[in-house]
Amino acid sequence: MPEVRIVPQLRRFFPALAETPSVTVDGETVAEVVRALDARVPGLAGYVVDERGALRVHVNIFVGDAMVIDRRGLSDRVPAGVGVFIAQALSGG
Amino acid sequence: MSDQIVLATRKGTVILDRRGDRWAARPIGHSGVSVSYAARDPRDGRYWAALDHGHWGPKLSRSEDGVAWEDAPSIAYPEGARFVKQYLPSPGDDGSAPKAAPEYQDATLLKVWCLAFGGADEPGTIHAGTIPGGLFTTRDGGESWALNRGLWNHESRGGDLFAGEATHENRWAGTPAAIDYGEFAPGIHSIVLDPRDREHLYVAVSSAGVLESTDGGESWQGRNVGMLNDYLPEPEAEWGHDPHFLACCPAQPDRLWQQNHCGVFRSEDGAKTWSRVSRTEVAVHFGFPVAVDERDGATAWVVPGRGDSERMAVDGGLFVARTDDGGASWKTFREGLPQEDAYDVIYRHALDVSGDRLCFGTTTGNVYTSDDRGESWRCAGNNFPPVYSARFA
Repeated sequence: MPEVRIVPQLRRFFPALAETPSVTVDGETVAEVVRALDARVPGLAGYVVDERGALRVHVNIFVGDAMVIDRRGLSDRVPAGVGVFIAQALSGG
Repeated sequence: MSDQIVLATRKGTVILDRRGDRWAARPIGHSGVSVSYAARDPRDGRYWAALDHGHWGPKLSRSEDGVAWEDAPSIAYPEGARFVKQYLPSPGDDGSAPKAAPEYQDATLLKVWCLAFGGADEPGTIHAGTIPGGLFTTRDGGESWALNRGLWNHESRGGDLFAGEATHENRWAGTPAAIDYGEFAPGIHSIVLDPRDREHLYVAVSSAGVLESTDGGESWQGRNVGMLNDYLPEPEAEWGHDPHFLACCPAQPDRLWQQNHCGVFRSEDGAKTWSRVSRTEVAVHFGFPVAVDERDGATAWVVPGRGDSERMAVDGGLFVARTDDGGASWKTFREGLPQEDAYDVIYRHALDVSGDRLCFGTTTGNVYTSDDRGESWRCAGNNFPPVYSARFA
């Protein structure tokens, strides 16, 4: 049950997250975490991944302090007790 | 004449309302978000905006009142949608080298570039043009969107790539507008619906040309006869043209106009043939938008720029040109527009007409309106963000 922290630049589009910097969801991989987030906050996944499920070019996800490696399939595992951080990349936008 | 203008800007959606003899801007919607296109559906009054989030991907947004906006279901390419990958030409390219085998790329939505609302007899129908070159249609007011497979699988794109390898040579090039997304993919920026016949529509593609369907989008034919380009070895090539915007006269839909990278073109026969009607002696040639009179298909307006390498106002002075005779002659109008130190460019969706009223918005955040068919202009604001589209509601 990783705790997922989401930057305010993304939370601003979702009233349900306005006062909630983090949520805890089920998921053993990053892809599962994103799916679980979308179930909790409908529409959120579309801001993070494209219609193929690949991480958007200018979005980063960290597992602990490590940037996700599999940007296409988000198969990176999320070990127990490690948090996930979703942020806009500094690459553009 | 419409009393409302909807602006899509680099920093949000702005609605301008006519108040007496002035235009009043409402508080910005989608604050801080780049909006590539915004318009109001004349059938139900609903507002639509195509958001171009820098980080979070393209989204559609809608509003009943222009104040409270909500995300609409997203446009998404279906599994298996691919296109032939294009690369920006580089200095080392050898044009005489044999073509390599095509490479394919999975399509994902990069940008919703334009929206076109169906006729009064087809409520809920909206079309959307996208980068990378998709035409999407909803029949249920935006709850679900379907890719137009006839166009996506057209032989000019290589054929049905859902089914396998390309069966034809791809003739669609990339649009510079895709480079912002790190791609060099084509884009559909114009969708023209024939008000007489819902089965009849056109699209314009950057960079390929114009295509027509007479069977509701099942099949498509290229309509580029008479088009001329000045950047390919064969000026009259069937494909490879760069329409900047396509529009028709609602009362005379066979009269179409095209502001193209390589001049102003018009057709009087439903795009079967085109004629270039640029008049370089009055600087009518390069530009992005064209607006066509609602009743008279021989009357059209353009806002020329110095093209194509500079892309700014001609000699620092902004002007609008109108023809009343099908492009045989052009009058230029400057009253009320800056005539020195102007660098404005008017993008393809940022000029519109409603009766005798016109409006345009510029890349430097100026909005101008005219109530006398473009002959004189008044400023509706100088400090808007860069304007991507300006549409009368």
